[in-house]
Amino acid sequence: MVDIAFGPEKGQRPDLGDTRAAYLEMVRRKRMYGGILLAVFVAMMASGFILAQERNAGDFWSGLPMLGAFPSEVLSEAWANRANLPGLFVEFFPSLVETLNIAAVATLLGALMAVMLALLATRGLARWPRAIPLFRRMMDASRAIPEIVVALVLIYILGGGPVPAVIAIALHTGGALGKLFSEVAENADLKPVEGLTSVGATWGQRMWLGVIPQVAPNWLSYALLRFEVNVRASAILGFVGEGGIGHDLKLAMQWGQGRYDQVVAIFLLLFLTIVLIDRLSDRVRLRLVKGI
Amino acid sequence: MTASLSQTVIRQMDRRKMLSFALPGVILIYLIYAAFSFDLAGLAARARMDNAAILLGDFWSHKTHVTRDNRSGDLTIAIEGESKGRYPTGTRPDWVTVDGAVTRIDLGNGHLVTYDDAGARYVIPGYGTVDIRPEGGQLALVAPQPLPDWINASENKVSVTTDAGRFNYSRSKVETFKYKPGWELFFFTLDSPYYGHGPIALLFGERLDPERSNITGMAQDFWTNRMWRHGDVVWALFETVLMAFLGTMAGAMLALPLGFMAASNMMPFRAVRFAFRRLFDFIRGVDGLIWTIILSRAFGPGPMTGALAMFITDTGTFGKLFSEALENIDDKQVEGIRSTGASSLQRARFGVIPQVTPVLLSQVLYMLESNTRSATVIGAIVGGGIGLLLTQAIQTQKDWEEVAYYITLIVLMVMAMDSLSGWLRRKLIKGE
Repeated sequence: MVDIAFGPEKGQRPDLGDTRAAYLEMVRRKRMYGGILLAVFVAMMASGFILAQERNAGDFWSGLPMLGAFPSEVLSEAWANRANLPGLFVEFFPSLVETLNIAAVATLLGALMAVMLALLATRGLARWPRAIPLFRRMMDASRAIPEIVVALVLIYILGGGPVPAVIAIALHTGGALGKLFSEVAENADLKPVEGLTSVGATWGQRMWLGVIPQVAPNWLSYALLRFEVNVRASAILGFVGEGGIGHDLKLAMQWGQGRYDQVVAIFLLLFLTIVLIDRLSDRVRLRLVKGI
Repeated sequence: MTASLSQTVIRQMDRRKMLSFALPGVILIYLIYAAFSFDLAGLAARARMDNAAILLGDFWSHKTHVTRDNRSGDLTIAIEGESKGRYPTGTRPDWVTVDGAVTRIDLGNGHLVTYDDAGARYVIPGYGTVDIRPEGGQLALVAPQPLPDWINASENKVSVTTDAGRFNYSRSKVETFKYKPGWELFFFTLDSPYYGHGPIALLFGERLDPERSNITGMAQDFWTNRMWRHGDVVWALFETVLMAFLGTMAGAMLALPLGFMAASNMMPFRAVRFAFRRLFDFIRGVDGLIWTIILSRAFGPGPMTGALAMFITDTGTFGKLFSEALENIDDKQVEGIRSTGASSLQRARFGVIPQVTPVLLSQVLYMLESNTRSATVIGAIVGGGIGLLLTQAIQTQKDWEEVAYYITLIVLMVMAMDSLSGWLRRKLIKGE
């Protein structure tokens, strides 16, 4: 066996006589590498912390005790005005629906774009195999541009409202889902596609009838996961740009004291919605991927 | 038997057929509803296509303002109209000639603007001459009639927009804008001795500044360029990456022990498991936006605040992911270590950690990648990093070439982090 593993020459074989020393030597070397990596990592973290600390307006250690001050101020005021909360829920519900609509429409449009890009960029399925790198780069580019950039530029052109946010999120979703979709489609069984080719189906028919039914559960599951992410993104974009519940939150925060009951109402609405969507999509995804 | 089977099949096929028509229908109806609720019809009216044109033009070109104060007669020539880009007195670009009180501006292709004591004239080929003279506190305009729609004239202001440039005359001042492709002053500002020299003259020519060698001088002047602020921009990019790195790594380090507490095969007490899982749910549910707001109240603006916000949200996400990974391990290795009489800490160290390291590492690297992107947004909220510079530049609504510069840098940064994390994943997990 040793001959098979290490060849006939004696010098290549491990010295079986001194296993213990060889093992200890190996362990020592491994530990040394691990130690060096750890030391580098710790040094990076520490220097990064010091640097971030230096460039921050407030100090970490003096800020730490203040951490609870703002939430407690907000909560105590909201508690004093707790009678307003149900009314505020009703007041802000339309903005919440707008945020959800932005996320849903963006996910739908982005998923459509991702389907097209993924089919065109997957080896074995692509309509124009030579253009695969082109479509891949398109996916990379739309994934790399952060949503906020597109949203802010579009707000300048299109004015406020939800549409810039939809376009921004949809573009990003298209790129991100496209990559995942294409990974799934790569593993699809090509036999149905060949069968359809043999009866003279067009490319569209081959994809629609041969590929989509195979990959639909996984694709849907990824799209749902993305919807979760997009709800958060749409809230954040509202805060930075315009539209939806994020914008209301910004207005209430800018007003400051006296409107903290609104802040709490929006926090709660957002929190409950996100938890609910998380739960629902977890359950649906489990059913989709594992088959009920 | 066969009849019922075929009936079942037909029934199923019918159901499928209905579903495959109903689903796109439902989606379509939803999109129509969304179009109404987003007021798409009103959007067409609100959209400012002229803004789009300005933006696209500014992305790749710059304009030089030639302004005369009509009261004092002072002439200033400044790139983008900013004091940082002003030509020092006595110097001017070669398309502007000054002869006493007469200033001639050659906009190219026969477009000629002249400022003199009487007023200003703009010669437009194929149209004629626009002549403006202030008379009794009002502007008298002489131009071929009828006025085309690219000339806007009122008693107090006349503005002309052509392919060659823009021209504005108001009672207080007269301005001409000349557009040129490229990002002007990108390397050196006008007060730098290196401005306007070719790369060969700079690298191999004689010293332009006797105090410094050309290379150091150029590096210094580039770094401290007041128009583009390269030094600040590089710092901002670094801050953004720093936020992502600190937040992700600290979150992962805290989430590892917490993940053990929430995994069903590691933590025997149901109540503890339940508590930790709900904690993760809570952290993730509150959302990064809200954590960011709370933290910036306590720590003020800056990269530390951003890193902490990411740290908190990532602790929740990693806690969930890590506990799931821990639940999926192979128990045999733990059994083997248990048989040697190892304590639970030793079992975790030698039985569990080596198994889950590749999974956890790849999750951490993916998160680092996506956090680099989020760090731009978080930076815009907490006021740190490239996100802040970007939002500021967009809000001024005129520095679009800077916006284009930042966008390019952000995309490059994200792509670099993508490939770095991909490389590390291959190196660390698959072993080269």
